[in-house]
Amino acid sequence: MRDVFVATTTALLEEDPRTALVLADISADAFAPALRRHPDRVLNVGIREQLMAGVGGGLALTGMRPILHSYAPFLVDRSYEQLKLDLGHQDVGAVLVSIGASYDASTGGRTHQSPGDVALFDTLGGWTVHVPGHRDEVPALLRAAAGHDGRVYIRLSTRENREPHPTMRPIGSGRGPLVLAVGPMLDPVLAATRDLDVTVVYTNTPRPLDAEGLRALAGDAVIVVEPYLAGTSAALVAEAMSGRSYRSLHLGVGRGELRRYGDPADHERAHGLDPAGLRESITRFLKV
Amino acid sequence: MTVTSTSVHRLPALLSRITGDEKHAPSAHSTLDVLWTLYDRVLNISPETVDDPARDRFLLSKGHGPAAYYAVLAAKGFIPEEWLDGVAGWDSPLGHHPDATLIPGVEIGSGSLGHGLGLAAGVALGLRAQGLPGRTFVLLGDAELDEGSNHEAIAYAAAARLPITAIVVDNQSATHGWPGGIAIRFPGWGVSLVNGRDHDEIEHALRIDDRPHLVVARTEPKWS
Repeated sequence: MRDVFVATTTALLEEDPRTALVLADISADAFAPALRRHPDRVLNVGIREQLMAGVGGGLALTGMRPILHSYAPFLVDRSYEQLKLDLGHQDVGAVLVSIGASYDASTGGRTHQSPGDVALFDTLGGWTVHVPGHRDEVPALLRAAAGHDGRVYIRLSTRENREPHPTMRPIGSGRGPLVLAVGPMLDPVLAATRDLDVTVVYTNTPRPLDAEGLRALAGDAVIVVEPYLAGTSAALVAEAMSGRSYRSLHLGVGRGELRRYGDPADHERAHGLDPAGLRESITRFLKV
Repeated sequence: MTVTSTSVHRLPALLSRITGDEKHAPSAHSTLDVLWTLYDRVLNISPETVDDPARDRFLLSKGHGPAAYYAVLAAKGFIPEEWLDGVAGWDSPLGHHPDATLIPGVEIGSGSLGHGLGLAAGVALGLRAQGLPGRTFVLLGDAELDEGSNHEAIAYAAAARLPITAIVVDNQSATHGWPGGIAIRFPGWGVSLVNGRDHDEIEHALRIDDRPHLVVARTEPKWS
């Protein structure tokens, strides 16, 4: 996904003089050709993520469309107040594109992981959040985001589904309870529920949550599987389902620190987000 | 002090209309002469050009004690003088920290310290990328420099030779002070040290277009 992001952003810089890219060293090598070509609009501020966000806000104040990029924990967690004030409070926007997600950097440990990023954006409000499940979904999301002035977060991951999918449409012919799979969680969910009577629906745009679509697709049970903190979408699901009697199950990344390295699949297993773990949680929920 | 405009005499009266923010009074008044000089002699901006892409940009980073800022904006016609009554009331567009979306001519909302310099860096880069002529000024307090985010922007501005002028109003309000002075915290910047009450000195320093340029404007100490 990162390669597709680099290629699409490089093309956008070429096509639209409003586009600017702000880096904090991460991926600077990949953007070296773009930097040579557009030194005024490709800016590497060094290892300074607060400044990256401030510069993004300043560029937007002059009418440009900044794209900011780094590892999720540095782009979002570290710069949280800058995102709140230098973008939101100034009433300007930017496109933030992260890598690393919840545990792509499994060998890097906690410092390089951001399972709480989407929850942080929920404290701010007004952000569109895309969690593409396949690299081929990235260009359209990025191009749409670059074309307006809103605040957009695109969460890239090395985990991806075998193929791209349209969002908020049932996959397969299940008729049972709704299972909403966010981004790269789709394939594990499909593997876990192959022979279960559930309605699997995919989304790569959890914010704003498609409340109308959710209500239309949900019966009296909703299962959400998201690749960041478990329960991040619980409040929005409750709001969407307000007034209706329903049961819910929210699966995602746990809050505790694992203090283990290994590979991303190990972390998925530890959080119960591998097909076996998902199947166990979902069948237990369905039996009640 | 040289007075080039009669309306500077109106500032005390305008300031006295602003009540309810006594806590920040030393902070507010330390910036008064720098702000007046900016708006009276230096900035290419008027109430008619607050949205002109070619205008100069002034960013008040510190945000605290904005009474002097509001008084100058009123004296220069950016906001009605009546707005100075009832600052921070429910119906007032003026708060104890300014919100840019509510006040004509104000470029950024500020109050949380350490945000203006990074924003100013982005503004300067955005103007340069678009070939716009406006200069970028940002005002900080000496205590505000405690915030680490400033030092990210200070280092980058020097390395990238950003066309930006930072004014640090130094009323010696930083808890631990700045032994050795403020200027050495801005390596690679052009530096002017001025009397923060002398309009001619301030103006002269603000007209220097180093990339980047620091103006340290000393005023009477906050705790005297």
